[in-house]
Amino acid sequence: MDYEARILTLSDNAVTVQFGETIDPEINLRVQLAYKMINASGIRGIIELVPTYRSLSVYYDPAELSLSALKAEIEPLIKDIKAAADERGELIRIPVAYGGKYGEDLSRVAGLNGLSEQEVISIHTEPEYPIYMLGFLPGFCYLGGMDKRIAAPRLATPRVKIAAGSVGIAGSQTGIYPIDSPGGWQLIGRTPKKLYDPNREKPILLEAGMRIKFYSIDEEEFLRISRLEGGDEP
Amino acid sequence: MISFIKSGLMTTVQDGGRTGYQRFGMPTAGAMDRYAMYLANTLVGNDMDAAVLEATVSGPKLLFQTGCAFAITGADMQARLDGMPVEPNRAYSAQKGSLLELRYAMSGCRSYIAFAGGLAVQSVMGSCSTYTKAKIGGIDGRRANDGDTIKLLSPKKTLKNMALRHAGGALIPAYGSGVTLRVTLGPQQDRFTEAGLAALFSEEYTVTSESDRMGCRLMGKELELAGNKTADIVSDAVAFGSVQAPNGRPIIMMADHQTTGGYAKPCCVITADIPLAAQLKPGDKVRFMPISVEQAQSIHLEHMKRLKAFSDTIEHGFLLKHRPLLMHLAGRGFNIQVDEVLKT
Repeated sequence: MDYEARILTLSDNAVTVQFGETIDPEINLRVQLAYKMINASGIRGIIELVPTYRSLSVYYDPAELSLSALKAEIEPLIKDIKAAADERGELIRIPVAYGGKYGEDLSRVAGLNGLSEQEVISIHTEPEYPIYMLGFLPGFCYLGGMDKRIAAPRLATPRVKIAAGSVGIAGSQTGIYPIDSPGGWQLIGRTPKKLYDPNREKPILLEAGMRIKFYSIDEEEFLRISRLEGGDEP
Repeated sequence: MISFIKSGLMTTVQDGGRTGYQRFGMPTAGAMDRYAMYLANTLVGNDMDAAVLEATVSGPKLLFQTGCAFAITGADMQARLDGMPVEPNRAYSAQKGSLLELRYAMSGCRSYIAFAGGLAVQSVMGSCSTYTKAKIGGIDGRRANDGDTIKLLSPKKTLKNMALRHAGGALIPAYGSGVTLRVTLGPQQDRFTEAGLAALFSEEYTVTSESDRMGCRLMGKELELAGNKTADIVSDAVAFGSVQAPNGRPIIMMADHQTTGGYAKPCCVITADIPLAAQLKPGDKVRFMPISVEQAQSIHLEHMKRLKAFSDTIEHGFLLKHRPLLMHLAGRGFNIQVDEVLKT
């Protein structure tokens, strides 16, 4: 089904270019392509771009670029965007210590689904998860592609504090907490990688369009990587 | 250096915000009332976007360990410098050892204190703005506490043209209850019925006490959803000023808003009126009025032009500008030349 890209008004200094209404890998690929093209276009007056599941928001400075001029610049760029299947983003491997003190809810997630803890880990480390967008918290990635066999509801009572790096499951979504935060996800593990470090040259490690693959590590490896990352002791 | 003898209710360092990281989920933060921040900085000769203190409802008590000129804008918190009343929107010189005390906001909600030469605050990801949730910016990423100190970057005790450093007229919005916030429609106005939107633009809403730097929550007539639609959408970007309507109840998304959100947005408060929203207190009444994007932009650009002209006046001490005006009076047109000149 062909969906004509639409330019919607987000505010008096931003438009949202919408490529569809659903969470869909192909729609999201068009968003990523539009992001790349507009980012590379060097249109004067564009301040920043925010890609999401199914749209790309363009913030601009009306002192430099009028709404009609902006539309005239981006319309030809987005008109014929077609996502080719081979245009997949960089694959980033994320080490995770599963279970125990790193993932207190692993046994519950296993129990809920009639699986062993090891089976949950195998299923969780199997796919390449596309990063559809970032939002909610600095560095928080909305991932697609989790296997429904390890789905689990949110906790009835959210935890007051979830440690940065925690890997969790909520419904049929999986994700990583980039900073300490309250939350209701079922925690199955934790990565020693710092997704977010404001003092690093690249403060946020992951970006929309990339793919991630989890791999299981033991405690010794967790501590080794954690030291390399300059992280706190767990 | 400045010491916080008392921190006030919620005092943070803010500037023009953290631009360029929204695609990573990082909110821009920054001053809630940008116009008041621009004016405070302009009054003391700083860059418009320089770091200032943002005080909320009840302001801080500050000790100047170094002499420095300063200006307070935004909400009137009945400030006193060594016991003498300090007018809002005017630059003053504080001596070493001077005590500046702000009290409660009489009108509006947030005051901005700019110091000539700026604050020596480390920039994190391109901004000094405090974003408490990620614990970054300002004073260790948090609100000021009693006993905190903050260094001045290059303090200037006096500035030239002190007598001119006083703003009034169109540069000072009227804050408080009963304001009308102009909005642009979109991006999801089609989620609501025409009657729902008509109610949004005719009914009065009341600010609730759950309002903060993330959002201004409103009570009032619920926005009616169209047909089989829900207020839930596939998450997309949220802007400063975006109006969300979960359960039909409007929330204006403010400076610390999340970069994306899953609720339908019928409209967005225009840049020029976000300062009015930033100055609302719980219990204040507010209305909405839709205008076009082009109108919204020209209102903002006009304000920035006025601010620039004011800055030129106080920095260069003169402004001799011919401004042609066409006036219609009693059915006749008149060409009038207005000369803006140095005020003494």
